[in-house]
Amino acid sequence: MTTPSERMAERAAGRPDARAAEERSGVRKVQGRRRSKLLSRLPLHLLIVFLMVVWLIPTIGLLVNSFRPPEEVTQSGWWTAFFKPSQFTLDNYAHVLAQQNITSGFINSLFIAIPSTVIPILVAAFAAYAFAWMSFPGRNLLFIFVVGLLVVPLQSTFIPLLQLFGPRGIGITGSFLVVWMAHTGYGLPFAIFLLRNFMGELPREVFESAAIDGASPVTAFLRLALPMTVPAIAALAIFQFLFTWNDLLVAIVYLGAQNPDNAPLTIAVSNLVSSLGGGWQYLAAAAFVTMAVPLVVFLALQRYFVRGIVGGSVKG
Amino acid sequence: MDPRLVTAIIVLVGVPAVLIGYIWLTEVVLRLVGERSRGSIRPWLWLAPALAFLTVFLVYPTIGTIIRSFQNKAGTSFIGIDNYSWFFSSDSALIALRNSLIWLVALTAITVGLGLLIALVVDRVRYETVAKTVIFVPLAISMVAASVIWTFMYYYITPPDPQVGTLNAALSTVGIPPVAWVQQSQFGFNSILLVIVMAWMWTGFAMVILSAALKGINPELLEAARVDGAREGQVFRYITLPLLAPTVAVVTTTMIITALKAFDIVYVMTNGNFDTQVVASLMYQQMTPSPGRASAIAVILLLAIVPVMALNIRRFRAQEAIR
Repeated sequence: MTTPSERMAERAAGRPDARAAEERSGVRKVQGRRRSKLLSRLPLHLLIVFLMVVWLIPTIGLLVNSFRPPEEVTQSGWWTAFFKPSQFTLDNYAHVLAQQNITSGFINSLFIAIPSTVIPILVAAFAAYAFAWMSFPGRNLLFIFVVGLLVVPLQSTFIPLLQLFGPRGIGITGSFLVVWMAHTGYGLPFAIFLLRNFMGELPREVFESAAIDGASPVTAFLRLALPMTVPAIAALAIFQFLFTWNDLLVAIVYLGAQNPDNAPLTIAVSNLVSSLGGGWQYLAAAAFVTMAVPLVVFLALQRYFVRGIVGGSVKG
Repeated sequence: MDPRLVTAIIVLVGVPAVLIGYIWLTEVVLRLVGERSRGSIRPWLWLAPALAFLTVFLVYPTIGTIIRSFQNKAGTSFIGIDNYSWFFSSDSALIALRNSLIWLVALTAITVGLGLLIALVVDRVRYETVAKTVIFVPLAISMVAASVIWTFMYYYITPPDPQVGTLNAALSTVGIPPVAWVQQSQFGFNSILLVIVMAWMWTGFAMVILSAALKGINPELLEAARVDGAREGQVFRYITLPLLAPTVAVVTTTMIITALKAFDIVYVMTNGNFDTQVVASLMYQQMTPSPGRASAIAVILLLAIVPVMALNIRRFRAQEAIR
């Protein structure tokens, strides 16, 4: 028999019912017990493996085709390549990376995503600190208003903003500046929400003793609050970076037709879908070029990403 | 040097410097005012940059869109509710509305249902991390990339050319004639096919959150029920499920909003053809030719989201109350 605390430790290790199952079949011989356990868990394993295969097939199909020559891609299903591995080639990637719009799209995506990540986080950090550690009339009401803005669809902002920033207004549509600002504005509600919740949980004593020692709010913010909020900022940064790198809508609305030179990868690839028709090998390679950055970011920093998602949506 | 690189460096170093400089400056300014009013002015100075962005990019344009939705095409005169009556009488708009409903119901049902199922089953195996990563990874890529991946799944080419899209190539190896998947518009079938793309991306999101909640349940509760003779089904039905309910609610509201805002997949995969338009993509399509109608569509989208917003706020206040 195991104690509850041992069982909890096992649960944490990801083997919740190994013991429970053994307990249930207590009197049987070890050999038979193992076999029946394996047999009874077989459907479980089959289900999980099936789901994993279903999830992977779409990507693997395209990935395989991105390494096949055109004459093969247009003739047979991608899995036939496994019986003829000699056909694999890097030519498609060479071709795609030689395309002006893909290489400049890659750089443009970086130009859009990095400032669009840094600016909103800083702006949100100030606001979050004020919401968490300063008292002023209407604080809760204002914060609830920000929470409400979280769900406003971007579509309901485009027409007046295009008028404001368009050629007949300030005239900056088509520039990176307007995309940075738009991503900042759109990303702020979530950023403020996440950072304020995290900063609000910091120990009160830290800020009280800092104030007693004569530290100004600026010092308390820069030297205490900001360093202690690094986990939340990391999660938020990954989130915002992926969001802006992957964004299509904001880019086509504010850069769109006016300035194809500034178009990010998402626009370049979505144009390829309509223009390339059956050129699957190139489209496939282009798609994996766009995926490379988010996949590296995601797989390297998955833990922060998950923490951010879980912390951002299920608070308390 | 590439002038864009110079701009980027200026922005990356300059903007944070300006913002932190701004906060320093507020303290300098605050020293000039009386000690008493400092505390009441300071928070507003800290909030000012955020409030400016929120006002310019969300509050002002949303109000502007609401006003614009009652104006004519050129925005020169008010025409009452004509733009709204167009929406509810035009066939294409009604199809978009129907499709958005399909998206809302199907996407929420698939992601929450499948996410919960996966969270429950992977909790029982040793390779949980690997399985979860496989399901979760599609969330990191762009909807454009996901659309390319799935366009290839559904790809159809007129025979006698050989079928190479995954589904049709698989069908043809077993001798079944190919299907032009995304063109099958009866009963919104092709909309469901597009929803599957989104579900492929977002099931991992539901799974991760539900799985975190599942691990937060005290195992002694479950054990106590088992000792009392509850079967596994009963433990799930009467203990696990009620404890997960608040999390399921959170995930459901998120998925409803995601479904209503869905744009990229429709835009890339069908561009709204074959009766796959949704409200969000219809709005984009109408934006240039008919800003008044597009505004009305945006307002309808906003109205559909308001109840979810209200729910969010209520839940938030309940959480604050127990802090």
